[in-house]
Amino acid sequence: MPWGEFKDTAAERRLFQRRTVVMLVFVILMLGGLLGRMYQLQVVEHDIYTTISDKNRVQVQSVPPPRGLIYDRNGKLLAENRPVFSVTLVPERVDGMDETLSRLGGILDISAQDLERFHRRLQEPRRPFQEIPLRYDLTEQEIARLAVHRHELPGVEVEAELVRYYPHSELTAHVLGYVGRINREELQRIDPVNYAGTNYIGKSGVERFYEDTLHGRVGYQHVETNARGRTLRVLERENPVPGEDLELHLDLRLQQRAHELLDGRRGAVIAIEPKTGGILALASVPGFDTNKFVTGISVDDYRALSQSKDKPLFNRALRGQYPPGSVLKPMLAIAALDSGVTTRDRTIWDPGYFQLKEGGRRYRDWKRSGHGWVDLKDAIAESCDVYFYETAVEMGVDTMSGYLSSFGYGEDAALDVSGALSGLLPSREWKRAMRNEPWYPGDSVNLGIGQGFMLATPLQMATATALIANRGTWIEPRLLRDVIGDDSVEDVLPDETHEPLKLKNPDDWEYVVESMAEVMHGTKGTARRAGSDAPYRMAGKTGTAQVFSLAEDEEYDAEEIRERLRDHALFVGFAPVEDPQIVVSVIVENGGSGSGTAAPVARALFDAWLLEFSESSGSGLVSQATGGLD
Amino acid sequence: MALKDLVDPAASGPLARSRSFWFALHLDPILLLLLLILVSGGLFVLYSGADRNIEVVKAQGIRLGVAFVVMLVFAQLDPAVFRRWAPWLYAAGLVALAAVLVVGVGAKGAQRWLALPGLPRFQPSEIMKLVVPMMAAWYLSRHFLPPRLSQVAVGLAIVLVPMVMIIQQPDLGTSLLVGMAGLFVVFFAGMSWKLIAAFVAMASVSAPLMWFFVMREYQKQRVLTLLDPQSDPLGAGWNIIQSKTAIGSGGIDGKGWLQGTQSHLEFLPESHTDFIVAVLAEEFGFVGMLVLLAVYFLIILRCLYIAATAQDSFSRLLAGALTMTFFIYIFVNVGMVSGLLPVVGVPLPLISYGGTSGVTLMAAFGVLMSIHTHRRMISA
Repeated sequence: MPWGEFKDTAAERRLFQRRTVVMLVFVILMLGGLLGRMYQLQVVEHDIYTTISDKNRVQVQSVPPPRGLIYDRNGKLLAENRPVFSVTLVPERVDGMDETLSRLGGILDISAQDLERFHRRLQEPRRPFQEIPLRYDLTEQEIARLAVHRHELPGVEVEAELVRYYPHSELTAHVLGYVGRINREELQRIDPVNYAGTNYIGKSGVERFYEDTLHGRVGYQHVETNARGRTLRVLERENPVPGEDLELHLDLRLQQRAHELLDGRRGAVIAIEPKTGGILALASVPGFDTNKFVTGISVDDYRALSQSKDKPLFNRALRGQYPPGSVLKPMLAIAALDSGVTTRDRTIWDPGYFQLKEGGRRYRDWKRSGHGWVDLKDAIAESCDVYFYETAVEMGVDTMSGYLSSFGYGEDAALDVSGALSGLLPSREWKRAMRNEPWYPGDSVNLGIGQGFMLATPLQMATATALIANRGTWIEPRLLRDVIGDDSVEDVLPDETHEPLKLKNPDDWEYVVESMAEVMHGTKGTARRAGSDAPYRMAGKTGTAQVFSLAEDEEYDAEEIRERLRDHALFVGFAPVEDPQIVVSVIVENGGSGSGTAAPVARALFDAWLLEFSESSGSGLVSQATGGLD
Repeated sequence: MALKDLVDPAASGPLARSRSFWFALHLDPILLLLLLILVSGGLFVLYSGADRNIEVVKAQGIRLGVAFVVMLVFAQLDPAVFRRWAPWLYAAGLVALAAVLVVGVGAKGAQRWLALPGLPRFQPSEIMKLVVPMMAAWYLSRHFLPPRLSQVAVGLAIVLVPMVMIIQQPDLGTSLLVGMAGLFVVFFAGMSWKLIAAFVAMASVSAPLMWFFVMREYQKQRVLTLLDPQSDPLGAGWNIIQSKTAIGSGGIDGKGWLQGTQSHLEFLPESHTDFIVAVLAEEFGFVGMLVLLAVYFLIILRCLYIAATAQDSFSRLLAGALTMTFFIYIFVNVGMVSGLLPVVGVPLPLISYGGTSGVTLMAAFGVLMSIHTHRRMISA
């Protein structure tokens, strides 16, 4: 045996023991090195790593403020916030997006629309670690099912979020507008700090105009999170300042009535309280369900809305620019009287047409046989075109343009109505600039009856009519009635800018108002049927706006023209004549005649406001007598 | 008994009686006590590192219990048995390693396990941590020490063959430990310092060659990550940044047991396996690390004493090499977690959860106890 005691020499033993001592020294040095490293990390650099460790676990989260609510003038809720549970994904934390989505599809009911919207959002720029919603409005069962599988799905969270809800969305679509997800351009515009926790922003209407007031101020909380970003506890919190609630002049009942009256048609109604400028109703029919837009409308739904022939997304009341037609006549009458071109006594002979010179082009009156001898009051009551052709030529474009401008035409005079257009008020300079042509007398003839180049929105027509109802006192239309919060109306409402329209003879206002009353109550008034049997007196003016021009001698037969090519029916008016409570402008697209289609709508609204709602709202005739005000 | 009493110079009185009791059991009480302290303390750290999952602690307890039984069994065997079996075990080990490369099973792109019908699944490379030093000690102790150059060459070959096979799996951590175990045998055998210096020089020269021809892409990445963890803080650098943060934020006296934010909030990966020392450092601070390293040092000290007092060259070489392998475990693991060494899959011995390494380690301690307690009468 080579092993054992025989070979175990003392030399071998000593050799081994020397080597063992070397190893022991080696071990002591190396362990000392490890201890030195620990000393470096734990004692020398302790502060650095404590900071990193705290940064790891403590996150500052922004707490979005709840958005302010919107009420109508009677305290009816028009826009509220509802808690909605949605399932969201943080792409940075998800391992395997496709697999996660397909697994979620087995747990929840996820439609193709949800997926399409999710993938669209995935492509859009966003903040790092910002969650992307996949499906909204989870049921309790779905939340429970998801909770069971949640640990297998990193990056998937159930979030409770306050989402805007419009209980009367179809009715208020064109007034309130809606909120929606913040998009790329808005991301550039907003204050990134204040919107750090906010997902929604006002896209149109009141929601857009009063975005700052409704939004509020962001709050913060320091939370402890784990490595997967799940919040474990709140360490410190600064509450957000909620957005302020708004009360509008709008009356939901009147708004609803306007929609009912225009039901099945396309058109718009604006109702204004002349004393305050408050917009009582702003209807554009058809409306649409704004709630669909809040969480992101599907492509199919959007296509259906945007390609509908009725154009429900088009805000006719603010953005529909129509030739005002004969509803421009009361304003032109003021212009003609005040500029001295005509007098109350002047009468002219209307043969059914007007010629600038003997043998020239014949500008037809709507009544082919003519109105005979008419003065200005008759010309308004019967809507005589020839009288206005003649005075228009006498005034010239500069005078007309100047007066019409004082009535708010050609500008967006409303204070807080988002998206309102300015229409088109033609002038000599405008025609030179746009068409490179001089202003011809024939252009003045057309402008005399509100045709030709002139375009106005229903809101502008209502605004101009309110100026007549107020006898020259300018009160800009507005939606905001009160702010329920720290701010006052004056703080958030833009300043009024218009000077009152002062006439050389202020009595001319009464004359024109009386002429407009003749329209409703006179024996020859164009809207006498709409004005009959009323317990109050009203003033108004009918109009028609041509959809296309007829040749000089072409016969006009509404029956034969396809419905969509019929004239737009217009009406403006106010009531009661002596102490106007409500100004209304109505347009019914392809409605035919203003007297037949638009005037009855206005009459129904007058009745509703002055007779039906007055008892409760306190702003009508009955309570007026007792001096009751709200 | 009487023989033992004769051998031991202090073989009288109650001390001698208690000593003969432990010798009868073939256990070393000092080593056993130190191991029990380490293991029980380790279970407390594991409870925290596993985020209060008592099931993990129970499973580890059972695994350690098995390991202690294995130690007990190994301690009963005479060192001569290991010596006789060394060549056969070595040959069987090589066959098993070859089999792993052909029919092995595993996960994450590495084949490490062998599932033979009728046998539990096992990792041949793990067994080689014991068998390779045994084989090297068997071969070198047959000759007069210090070994001649040719014998050193054969000894190195005994080490290199299984090492290369394990690298192929690939399993860098185990191959490193197996290699170190064998090299320590050669070192303890008395390989000349000149030769050692030559080898160190060769190793430094061949390091760049290793980089370009041997190391795999992920291994290079680990070295690069060590040098600059911030280059990829959310990817490869994450582990090292988080473990350094855990250690550093622990400070002198730590955040307290179960209070470590890095581990409990899941920032620290592998907090109950390879990176468990970071949990200890975070919760018990520098003081805790001092205690841990002190316990390890005492174990090594006791084992080196056992090696130095062993009776024959085979036992001495084997005992010394197994002790130093244990130390390498500690150094590589703590060095890796504290950002001194690249990330290599080496657990913290007897504390990290899972793996077969605990059983192998305890078997090694069993061998040491066997060497210490199987003494023959020597004619001085």
